Amino acid sequence: MNIFEQLGYYLKFDFVKYALVVGILISLSCAILGVTLVLKRYAMIGDGLSHVAFGAMTIAMVLTIADMYLMLPVTILVAILLIRLTNKGKVKNDSAIAMLSVGALSFGYLIVNLFSTSSNISGDVCSTLFGSTSILTLSTLDVWICVALTIVVLFYFVFFHNKIFAMTFDEDFSKATGTKVAVYNNIMAIITGIIIVLAMKLVGSLLISALIVFPALSAIRLFKSYKMVIIFASIISVVSSIFGILVSLLWGTPVGATIVIINIFNYFVCYLIEIITKNCKSGAKL
Amino acid sequence: MSMIECKKLSIGYDKKVVCKDINFEINEGEYLCILGENGSGKSTLLKTILGLNKPVFGKIILDKTISKNKLGYLPQQTDFQRDFPATVWEVVMSGFVSSMGLRPFYNKAEKSKAQEILDFLGLSKFAKNGFKELSGGQQQRVLLARALCATDKVLVLDEPTNGLDAKATAQFYKLLKTLNEKGLTIVMVSHNIERVLEYATNIVYLKDSMIFSGTIDDFRGSDIMSALKIGE
Repeated sequence: MNIFEQLGYYLKFDFVKYALVVGILISLSCAILGVTLVLKRYAMIGDGLSHVAFGAMTIAMVLTIADMYLMLPVTILVAILLIRLTNKGKVKNDSAIAMLSVGALSFGYLIVNLFSTSSNISGDVCSTLFGSTSILTLSTLDVWICVALTIVVLFYFVFFHNKIFAMTFDEDFSKATGTKVAVYNNIMAIITGIIIVLAMKLVGSLLISALIVFPALSAIRLFKSYKMVIIFASIISVVSSIFGILVSLLWGTPVGATIVIINIFNYFVCYLIEIITKNCKSGAKL
Repeated sequence: MSMIECKKLSIGYDKKVVCKDINFEINEGEYLCILGENGSGKSTLLKTILGLNKPVFGKIILDKTISKNKLGYLPQQTDFQRDFPATVWEVVMSGFVSSMGLRPFYNKAEKSKAQEILDFLGLSKFAKNGFKELSGGQQQRVLLARALCATDKVLVLDEPTNGLDAKATAQFYKLLKTLNEKGLTIVMVSHNIERVLEYATNIVYLKDSMIFSGTIDDFRGSDIMSALKIGE
């Protein structure tokens, strides 16, 4: 079998289709959210939240309840709290978020080790941290929850595009001219929480930041319009995810890490293109 | 008609008063400059008027016709991100956002108004350029255009010419005067006392309390003015 026959064979399976659909939706939302988080200098908050989600997941594991029911509310709550404290200037430095990150991570690992009845603890932990297989073992319910949530999130981003831009560019101006910035910040926190919980399925909690940060940074290198940055970040993120999932199917590499490596590769390609176009422009001027 | 009125106002952060006994009115068509020593709370006063800061004591009364979403604001240069990926057009249009309510996209009237403002400020040729590619003076004019999209009544500016060269500064002050003559009320914090004396119609002077409020002519004859001259 050549590669294409092999892919055609895999694509007949439902679990592969689910993985691709969920992968596309998640990477799309991560990219769009990422542009806002990166520009607001909130990238570290996303990282901290993913570790909180891991902590919540271990509790769900021990209590043997469906992880989403616990992870979603806990992560959303912490997201609202963190963004509020940051805006009030109470969490000034990265160290507060670093403390939260490692705190949640070690708490989660401790809980699993003390209370889990599973025979393969390190396997469980590894797959939540690095998402090694969870994207390929989605239930139909998982897929529907994911589809529903990402569609809501994407609608929000489209319909509030102009407002989100105005507030990201200059929050004080928006506030001074009468936009209810606090309300929108809370919505953004809720969305951040939702996307991070969903993205754990795709790449695992340690690698989520990559999905949020890299597409945005790549796009910022190449485009000067906010709209184009969002569109290009979405495209590059979706392409990386599809490619990553297919590569990992063909060669048995871990899905999350593969997607992240492809994103990093794309970032450097964008970086190179930026340097080359800049040199060409200054060359033309000379 | 009084547009903005400060009554027995004390301003500051976290209940700590920076400046007290602030009482003044801003009337339609005035060009008011807030002067004062460093740290006397000039920017804080602006932020309090804009609702970004809570008054420690007293209150600010805005005229019904301006309510909150009719104030245009031009922040200090350090208060926004210079390397943000956005076109000039995107930045200018964002001035309309707060008056749009829940309507998601800009309408034709807003687009043509923005175009008019860009023409007036000589920015049309930059509309598709990246904001971060522009010079400091051009960026400041773009932010002025955004503020003009947000208001046709009151413009609030926080040291708008900080960091600009002499030529750009002169240009900017002329532009403000033209806008003022068209009927726009202007409230500004400034260090540039020469320009203020040339253009402003009213002055408020802050120290640890408000020590002067009145017309520019009264200010010229006041003790503060003679003290400033000796200082120079």
